[in-house]
Amino acid sequence: MLSSILNSYFVKTHRLEISITIIAIVLFLIYFFGATHVFTRFPIYRAFMQSMPFFGIIAISATFVVTLGEIDLSFPSIVGITSLTFGMLLTGTDGNFFISFALATALGMFAGLVNGLLVTKIGIPSIVATIGTLFFWRGLVNVISQGSGIAIVDEADGTWHHTIFVDKLFDTIPAQFIWFVALTGLMQWVYRYHKFGNHIHFVGDNKASAQMMGINVDRVKIIAFVQLGFFSALAGIFTMYEMLYFWPTQGSGLMLTTLAAVFVGGTSVFGGKGTVYGTFIGVLIIGSLESGIVALGLSGFYVQFINGLMITIAVTIYALIQKRKA
Amino acid sequence: MPEQLLKLENIYKNFGNVKVLKDVNITINKGEVVALIGDNGAGKSTLIKVITGVHTPNSGKIFFKEKEVQIKSVSQSRKMGIEAVYQERALCDQQELYRNIFAGREVTNSFGFLKIKEQRKEAERILRDYIGFTSKAITVDSQVMGLSGGEKQGVAFGRSLYFNSDLIVLDEPTMGLSIQETEKVLNFVKGLKNENKSAIFIDHNIIHVYGAADRFIILDRGEVVGEFLKDQISREELVQKMIQLHESGKIKVEA
Repeated sequence: MLSSILNSYFVKTHRLEISITIIAIVLFLIYFFGATHVFTRFPIYRAFMQSMPFFGIIAISATFVVTLGEIDLSFPSIVGITSLTFGMLLTGTDGNFFISFALATALGMFAGLVNGLLVTKIGIPSIVATIGTLFFWRGLVNVISQGSGIAIVDEADGTWHHTIFVDKLFDTIPAQFIWFVALTGLMQWVYRYHKFGNHIHFVGDNKASAQMMGINVDRVKIIAFVQLGFFSALAGIFTMYEMLYFWPTQGSGLMLTTLAAVFVGGTSVFGGKGTVYGTFIGVLIIGSLESGIVALGLSGFYVQFINGLMITIAVTIYALIQKRKA
Repeated sequence: MPEQLLKLENIYKNFGNVKVLKDVNITINKGEVVALIGDNGAGKSTLIKVITGVHTPNSGKIFFKEKEVQIKSVSQSRKMGIEAVYQERALCDQQELYRNIFAGREVTNSFGFLKIKEQRKEAERILRDYIGFTSKAITVDSQVMGLSGGEKQGVAFGRSLYFNSDLIVLDEPTMGLSIQETEKVLNFVKGLKNENKSAIFIDHNIIHVYGAADRFIILDRGEVVGEFLKDQISREELVQKMIQLHESGKIKVEA
């Protein structure tokens, strides 16, 4: 019985997804039995649902770039510059959502386009190119904002767009979490079953082969960076609605948690293989660690330590799965 | 008079200051296998990349089915009916077989989403009818990683037959294969003629080339320096020509 389950087609083709799900279940069981008083009540879950989408949306999108065998380190600063733009426009236009949203996301896509062009047309390795743009966009935020924040309480609080982005559905479920789940579903679908997702896999697997099969390698890469720019902007806008405030360092804490979620989720840094579902679970793991650890009664000093442990264990399991296959 | 499929006229290709192809003129007829031979750096790979649309020539004309064409991309050459089979770069290892068969030519709905069922069904047909895979270990959902070199070549051939290509471009198709597998690949090449398909074939091994091709074109430093029909030259003479070329840099063309 057990061995027939283990050898079934579904299990064989979904080893990564199954492993990450088990890791997540074990972790939440530890939370549950270690801090029953916290985890039998709803508020902790609401807190998770409130905070996870901000980096989760970016992690889902970054899964495409990582599957290409590329990396983008500049998204924290793209969040910064697009949030600043959104805040300035919303206050400058007395709350015109459409103009602010359109221009902020367009800027995000432009920043992604710059990354994509640097990588494909100029030929700079993405890790280097995006370190450059990471500093560039953050620098621009500092120059424009002169270190001060922007409050959007007057323009955003109580508006219909605020409701759509971050209000609580039935007074319980944060809207951003529903958006996050819906986007995950959509992106998983695109990743596995759309031509673009298919091309992402082939380019990440073997660039030369993909080109020989008639796939426009440069265009696929550029679109991947552009969509990450768009979703970085979107994540920034979500954060703005939640906080009703822009601050000049906005986004800069997102880098490690976001990339950790992608890698813990099982997407290969070598490219060609990955899973959006895994990234989603990775977000649940990484996003719950801090509160989970504190709820367990450990001091906050353990957070990084256990974070590191989780990442190392997860990627070790994937490496072993990969080794067994080869 | 044989029917002409592909004709290159006065093709020049430079990379920066390096002249890789100099005034190349070649013709490939329908149902003909043409071998391109020459030393490393002779321009063989560049020439076939011009044919498959990876590189565009700096000047010169290309005629396909007697119409002048410009081949600007791989997907364009594939649409015209030119298909490349590469030893090293034929397939992507971590992706499933059926996805490899349709990569770059996906069957999709109007929103660009893949018709997975249709692709898998067609891929099954290709495995069975065009390639003759009977092994249960290989299915359309297998990752390419688990296939042997010859099996990979088989899939690439099956793909080209399925998409009904007129000209198949083979870049070192037997490199790194075992003797048995090489035999299979060469049989594929010979089988193309029965289907009235044409092929252009690069291989370092003159014995392979001689067995499979109808005509030999010798390239040296970007120029065509010799052209022989199989009837005109024995295997030993062809080897002799290549040795001459290697030693003197010139082919003695005897009357």
